[in-house]
Amino acid sequence: MASWKPYDEMKVMGQRQPRLDGPEKVTGRARYTYDQRPPGMLYGVLLTSPHAAARVVAIDADRARALPGVRAVLTDIHPTGNVRFAGEYVAAVAAVNKQVALDAVALIEVNWQTRAHVVTLWEAIDEDAPRVFADKDNVTESERGDGDVDAGFSQAETIVEAEFFTQVQTHSPLETHGSVAAWDGDELTVWDSTQAVHGVREGLAKALEMPANKVRVICHHMGGGFGAKLGPGAYSVIAAKLARQAGAPVQLMLSRKDQHLSVGNRPDSWQQLKLGATKDGQFTAFECTTWGSGGIGGRGGVSQPYVYSFPAWKQQHHDVATNTGGARAFRAPGRPQACFAMEQIIDEMAWKLGLDPLDVRLRNDGNETRHEQWRIGAERIDWPRWRRREPGAGAGPIKRGVGMGASIWFTGGRGTKAQMDILSDGTVEVRCGTQDLGTGTRTLVAAVAAEELGLPIAAINARIGDSDFPYSGGSGGSTTAPSVAPAIKNTAEKAKAELAIVVARHLGVAADTLSFVDGTVRVASGQTLSWREACAMLGANAVSVQGEWQEGLSGSNVAGCQFAEVEVDTETGRISVIKVVAVADCGLIVDRLTTESQVNGAVIQGISYALLEERIMDSETGRMVNADFENYKVLGALETPEIDVILYDQPERGVIGIGEPPTIPTSAAVANAVYHAIGVRLRDLPMTPDKVLRALEGA
Amino acid sequence: MNEHKNDNEEAQSAVSRRGFLKGIGGGFIGSAAVGTGLLGEQAAAAVTGPPTMSGPQRITLHINGTQRQLDVEPRTTLLEALRDRLQLTGSKEVCDRGQCGACTVLIDGVAVLACMTLAADVGQREVTTVEGLAPEGQMNDLQQAFVAQDALMCGFCTPGFVMAGEALLRTNPTPTAGEIRMGVSGNVCRCGTYPKVFEAIEVTAKKRRS
Repeated sequence: MASWKPYDEMKVMGQRQPRLDGPEKVTGRARYTYDQRPPGMLYGVLLTSPHAAARVVAIDADRARALPGVRAVLTDIHPTGNVRFAGEYVAAVAAVNKQVALDAVALIEVNWQTRAHVVTLWEAIDEDAPRVFADKDNVTESERGDGDVDAGFSQAETIVEAEFFTQVQTHSPLETHGSVAAWDGDELTVWDSTQAVHGVREGLAKALEMPANKVRVICHHMGGGFGAKLGPGAYSVIAAKLARQAGAPVQLMLSRKDQHLSVGNRPDSWQQLKLGATKDGQFTAFECTTWGSGGIGGRGGVSQPYVYSFPAWKQQHHDVATNTGGARAFRAPGRPQACFAMEQIIDEMAWKLGLDPLDVRLRNDGNETRHEQWRIGAERIDWPRWRRREPGAGAGPIKRGVGMGASIWFTGGRGTKAQMDILSDGTVEVRCGTQDLGTGTRTLVAAVAAEELGLPIAAINARIGDSDFPYSGGSGGSTTAPSVAPAIKNTAEKAKAELAIVVARHLGVAADTLSFVDGTVRVASGQTLSWREACAMLGANAVSVQGEWQEGLSGSNVAGCQFAEVEVDTETGRISVIKVVAVADCGLIVDRLTTESQVNGAVIQGISYALLEERIMDSETGRMVNADFENYKVLGALETPEIDVILYDQPERGVIGIGEPPTIPTSAAVANAVYHAIGVRLRDLPMTPDKVLRALEGA
Repeated sequence: MNEHKNDNEEAQSAVSRRGFLKGIGGGFIGSAAVGTGLLGEQAAAAVTGPPTMSGPQRITLHINGTQRQLDVEPRTTLLEALRDRLQLTGSKEVCDRGQCGACTVLIDGVAVLACMTLAADVGQREVTTVEGLAPEGQMNDLQQAFVAQDALMCGFCTPGFVMAGEALLRTNPTPTAGEIRMGVSGNVCRCGTYPKVFEAIEVTAKKRRS
């Protein structure tokens, strides 16, 4: 099995390496899909459904076609003509500029036949609710479990029952979904804001009924995805069709509104939980009934029972269809919802039993790594001091409290391939069909290659984000680092071995007497060549090798825990997060600086989910009423707390992904801290001031 | 008295509308007036009702130390002019309605949202975009600090944050931690880079003082 060199011998990996594409991004030179301007490019705009449930009877686009500057109009882009949410794409226009395209879309007349719709989980579960799909119920039930729950509860000395609600959250990447499509004969090039260049290529080829090897998908930079850009988008296919009709490249980027409506979200949840424990805090059984709505897409799952061990448990889940945009994977799908409810009911149990909430967790947490993380986090937030404070006991209208939550994420990663060229002038290029979402993947690729070749990171040209490069999977599930890093190491190892053979032959020594250190090639006998001198020996025969993912270099089962300190103004209901201690499970860290950023970002998104974000649907019109960035609130600079990031590294576990785990427990930790501060529990996300005041009134 | 005041206000607003037309007309008055005769129509409209402009207007933008002439529709925003006409794609459209700060540029040194500014309304004022802070790709000190501190992830909001930070430091070279937060509070970052953005601005402020 493959292995990494000792951590303390590493010169590039594990260091604080500024990301390689930083200079391009801070100067505006980085070209995102949205910035591509191939010559003659047209601007595409979509006509979307204003109705949540309707049939398209007819579309009259004659006036749009006649508008000067319009070059392509598509009226057949909806697969069935049967619209199931407000925001579905029904027609598209490409024109010489965006204004003309918008004017043209406004000239398209659609004859709609509307049906009754249902846009909230609450209404959809009603027996008399309109059906989202004519041929099936809105609710799909399933059951999972393990052990004898009744026996478990009969052994319990205390039982806590509680109900929790979480909202729909939209991904809201700052670069909306979109593509630029350009045809050259029967070959298609698509710049796509995507988490999966290879996946988009395959999806496009299938949708356009053309060979995959005639489609090239490029994504050099992309403005965030968080799970919403993992698959091929209908907009990509539409861009390609518009471009074909117009005979010119077409850019089709979704509007901010379309982004909120049509390309995924984190489903809401309604969770009824029941937890049994002995009087010393040992869990005996857990049972829950859950509902979640992924709109028309299903996937409303809630991953209970989350994190902790239960001798017996049962979950009855209801996946609920509504006339809203389908859910997509969103940074640890199903976990933040589950964690918010589970960590609160555990907290409730602990306070009820008069036990330390941390002790109760330690008693029921089977993960040894996390035990150590709990200890570190508790020390950093000074939990021994806080635990002495009774919930709601602080004096005055502004109260402080501390709460906690834990996470686990199971996925590792595999399957990536890569290619490396070493040229006789000493230049090194590594190519891999992965992509950088802002996570630092490009820098990771270069760092691993540099480490293996004994070169500084600047000596590596890391090229990614192109489906012409060797296969790598979609960047989701925190799989990218554990999938890509081993492949790059293996490829660099092979390249180094080939170079060593050539150099050894020139020097008349054995290849295994060479070592590659600090930009030099050293021979055991004492001779040292510079990297360039060594590479010059290649002459006309460059090294060009392929490598792939190897077992033993990456890990999974990513643990972690967080503590939050909050301040609650009991007069205004406003919650301010003061500090978050995030203990992140990092395995072998490739880049300490970008890893810190990942954890910061995950925590910030978690607070945003806890306090601000919520898709609001209007039952009457069936539309989202806050599909912008003013009424859909995303956490800003003024609400950002102090974040104490603790990178808990265990290099022996290899490279692991941490994109998702640190966002999971934040909302739970904040909720428990709010309870600790005011002595009243908030069970409904987001925890806005009105809910705080209502909870205080009811107390 | 009341009546009189109203009359006076109306008169003033009529004057200011004409002033508005003159002001924005400065850059394109010759070609537009000769080419389409539009300006005459607009001036007439200003007397009887709200002014309107339609069709292409020739304007000259002073951007990053150069002058760029272009024909734009009156409804064209500065952001569209920069991105779609002048290939200056550093400034980003994220919300398209002044809610996120990704399109922040400097106009005469003051932070302005390019998506909320009509190109034809800029006149002779000097526009600085994120590209303009780094002539020939040479990063300025604030941009260098953004890279060094890792004050960016996906980078889509980054040009806006850099410009907001630059505007802050030009007007307030010694910002407190609270003033730094306030200075970038109009900018949204979805990846959550705020803590390192604060660091980058703070480091740069210190450097510029010494």
